[in-house]
Amino acid sequence: MAHSVNFDLTADHMEAGLESPADEEGVHDSFNQLIEDQRQEALELQELQRDLDEEERDSVAYLSSPGQEIWRGSPGRGEEEGGGQLDPLLEERWSSATLKVLSSMPSRTIGRSRGAIISQYYNRTMKLRRRRQSRPSIKDFSRSARPSIRGYGMETDCMETEGVDEEGRKRDQLVNNLQNLSLSDRVRMLRAMPLSVAEKSELRRLADRKGRRSNHSQIPCCSQLKYHIIIALRHSWYSCLSFLHSLQLWQVALKRVSGRFGTGVLSYFLFVKTLLFFNIFLFLVTGLLLAVPQAVHPPTLTQGHEAFSGLELLTGGGYFSDSVMYYGYYSNSTLSKDCRVTSSSMEQQPSPSVSRRTMETDCGVKPSYNMPLAYFFTIGLAFFITCIILVYSMSKSFGQSFRIDKSHGILAMKVFCSWDFKVIKKTSVKLRSENICIQLRELLEETSRKHVQKTACQRIGRVLVHVLAWFICIGSTVACVLALYYFSEYMHKDLQYRSRIPTKDPLLKEASLLALPVVVSLINLLLPGIFNATAWMEEYDSPSVNTYIAISRNLMLKVSVLVVLCFHWLGRIASDPHSIGLQCWESFVGQELYRFLLMDFIFTILDTFFGEFLWRLFSQRVLKRKRKPVFDISRNVLELIYGQTLAWLGVLFTPLLPAVQIIKLLLLFYMKQTSVMMNCQSPRKPYRASQMSTIFITLLCCPSFLGAAVCVSYTMWSIRPSESCGPFRSLSTMFQSGKLWVKELETHNPNLAWLAWAHSYIVENPLFLFLAAGIFLIVIYFNTQVVDGQRKIISLLQEQIENEGEDKKFLITRLQAIHQQKRPLSPRRLTSQASQDSNC
Amino acid sequence: MGTTASQLRKDLLSEYQVVMHVFFRAHKRFSELLSKEDRNVPTPRVPMEKVLSLPELKSNPFRKRICHVFSTSDMKDGSLTFEDFLDLLSAFSDSATLEIKSHYAFRIFDFDDDGTLDGGDLEKLVNCLTGETDDTRLTTEEMRQLISNILEESDIDKDGTVNLSEFQHVISRSPDFVRSVQI
Repeated sequence: MAHSVNFDLTADHMEAGLESPADEEGVHDSFNQLIEDQRQEALELQELQRDLDEEERDSVAYLSSPGQEIWRGSPGRGEEEGGGQLDPLLEERWSSATLKVLSSMPSRTIGRSRGAIISQYYNRTMKLRRRRQSRPSIKDFSRSARPSIRGYGMETDCMETEGVDEEGRKRDQLVNNLQNLSLSDRVRMLRAMPLSVAEKSELRRLADRKGRRSNHSQIPCCSQLKYHIIIALRHSWYSCLSFLHSLQLWQVALKRVSGRFGTGVLSYFLFVKTLLFFNIFLFLVTGLLLAVPQAVHPPTLTQGHEAFSGLELLTGGGYFSDSVMYYGYYSNSTLSKDCRVTSSSMEQQPSPSVSRRTMETDCGVKPSYNMPLAYFFTIGLAFFITCIILVYSMSKSFGQSFRIDKSHGILAMKVFCSWDFKVIKKTSVKLRSENICIQLRELLEETSRKHVQKTACQRIGRVLVHVLAWFICIGSTVACVLALYYFSEYMHKDLQYRSRIPTKDPLLKEASLLALPVVVSLINLLLPGIFNATAWMEEYDSPSVNTYIAISRNLMLKVSVLVVLCFHWLGRIASDPHSIGLQCWESFVGQELYRFLLMDFIFTILDTFFGEFLWRLFSQRVLKRKRKPVFDISRNVLELIYGQTLAWLGVLFTPLLPAVQIIKLLLLFYMKQTSVMMNCQSPRKPYRASQMSTIFITLLCCPSFLGAAVCVSYTMWSIRPSESCGPFRSLSTMFQSGKLWVKELETHNPNLAWLAWAHSYIVENPLFLFLAAGIFLIVIYFNTQVVDGQRKIISLLQEQIENEGEDKKFLITRLQAIHQQKRPLSPRRLTSQASQDSNC
Repeated sequence: MGTTASQLRKDLLSEYQVVMHVFFRAHKRFSELLSKEDRNVPTPRVPMEKVLSLPELKSNPFRKRICHVFSTSDMKDGSLTFEDFLDLLSAFSDSATLEIKSHYAFRIFDFDDDGTLDGGDLEKLVNCLTGETDDTRLTTEEMRQLISNILEESDIDKDGTVNLSEFQHVISRSPDFVRSVQI
């Protein structure tokens, strides 16, 4: 609706006998008089027709052309006050002139005609130009141009337009605007235009050609260079994209899944893909910066290498315990080529810095690699970059799914947006149609049902049921968590006991370490089943509330389990490692995390097999149900998030844990895909995929990544590293290595003293953090106020549009009434009058 | 057909919003749809029946409308040239903007091509959505109520039809739209 209706009042003025339209009061009065006259005549005519007419009359609220079914039975829609009623006697309710006017209204042609699209985009590019261009000074332009448009080069616009027809002129103006925009704006505008490709390429060619012609003469060479660089970058970017596309990571599989199940189930698999990329990034960083240098310079081992037995893959100990996989393998000194790597006893090297200097004097200038520093900064850097990527994707996803106006247009939205064009299999299409029908019926029922006031009894009953359900859920969670706590304590004591007594059976000792992971995985598997069962007996107002409640209960369980585990590792094991005979508690914790990750994977396999495959067989053969079991998206995604939290917790202790997670995710993808295609069907309830994706990525960022980061920071900041293994063995905390390095820099290079100053006053001073938090809060407050203001503006604009609609209806019926009035005079004069009227 | 491909220059690719790899795949699929004698014609047209045999469109309830919207033939028979086919793929690709998708979706839903969605259009749309079989169709009473609810929610200027801007306004509230209008 880019154009407002042009009121051409000249004809009326001449009729009313006015001299000048500038006399506003005169205009208004005469117009009113004209309306009055018309109304009188129309009323007289209507009375005449009413006498003749005995058929049912329609209300004027719908201005649809009469060729289609006129919408009857719309009760409650009041007739408009203008009072123009349709003449049911005529075969065509609207005269052809009115129809022509109706069909060429801008709001109806914008969808179809190219000219309308071009003029709409002309206006948009004009607005964009005005916004982008800074105003040049008035002196540079000739006096004849109007002051308001002098700054925008509009003169040249007018002079360049050639071409007789309206569309051609508009097109030239559009091309002119495009050439005056910057390159990125031009590309963006062209991309968004809903024209056919041939026309877009023509526009682009014209815009580029004209731009180039004028640009060459006026703009200096560096902009030309910039232009060429941008084109070259774009070509290389497209070739890069095509290469990536040709890699086709899982594209075929994803298309099959989406073809059958739609966007909801697809979002689960896309989440797996996202997690895979995070882990690949982590693996590359830690692998290249930590594992590879250390593997090239293996440290001398104090005890012999254990033999490889199959149990290592499960427990992570044994053969793996003295490998580059765990923290304990990494040396605390600087590695260097072709030099003897200094041993790591405390007497010889009181600090890493001394070792570095001796390295330099011994070996001359050779590339040296300070391992403790590398370890510290690599972990820090990996976490920092992951944090940035997560926050960015979270905010992008949130921005897509958040809407300012909370108006309840569910039904219209459902009808317009619910068809998923990705679904191509015939049975799935049929299923989807059924689903849509059911959902529409449910929604209709909901909206049509008058708000039934539940009796007090029913309400109290519902509240009681909710309270009971929550009680069961929270109770079972607390019970399981306490059980876990005491079991971990028991296992700890058991380990202490075993470490004191010489081991008769080392295999049994290793296997007993698996008990805790098995218990945790069992809890994670069984308790959500209980939550689902309690959810059956509750009923909520809308299905989305159901999903949110299920997610929050599940989340609560997993968070409490992880808290207990962290306490077990950091509070019990790390504080007193010698009681269980550990030289290196970090490696032990790393092994524990490896075990947990692996057990989680094994239990997922078992759950897929029993929960999906066997359950489908059972429900189809024994229970004789027609429908297959539903794929529970939220539960599976929360499992993934749990696994990823473990991986993030473990990176500090086991730098190669992301590799394990990558293998696990790859296997999981194929397994779940096969299982879904064989055993499941898409959920019946409407699944808002993008809102759910936002929630999942928020959950990945907030409790999952944040918790892992807090844990890791706590470990680095306050826990004492073990004294006989690892890169931080001689320090009181891991963080100290960074501090020592900064001090060393200061002593070597007094110019960098500001770094130390910055560190002590900014990083370690809480006041800075308070200030930063305060500023963020203020910014958030301002933004919420802006959103509130926008909501108000939206409701005002809606009112205004309604008023404009009333105006339109009024004018059309007036037009119709005029034609009707002139009709009885003579048919020929009427047609000539009609054609004359349609021109104005 | 080879000549047509080389005529379309490489710099047009950015307009098509599909990557070169996809471009050649589309080209291959289009030429598969052509009959033998049409292959040597400079700008061949694929008749609508052949287009409807594509797996992506075969079971889609809007398949005929899609063909009609993207077709540039003068006889309005829904046949597509290669450029029309690329337009189709481009509009349904995942890099097309919301604006383009909503524009084309509006035209697809506008069954009588009058530029607005009125009661008849909405009725046909709902029938397409709910399927062909009798037990999934809504009754007349339900249909009437549904359409009046839809108009009440989305018709801002209260003229009894949903025009493009009102349609885009409804669409903008649904973040899933871009993802679901993809092939």
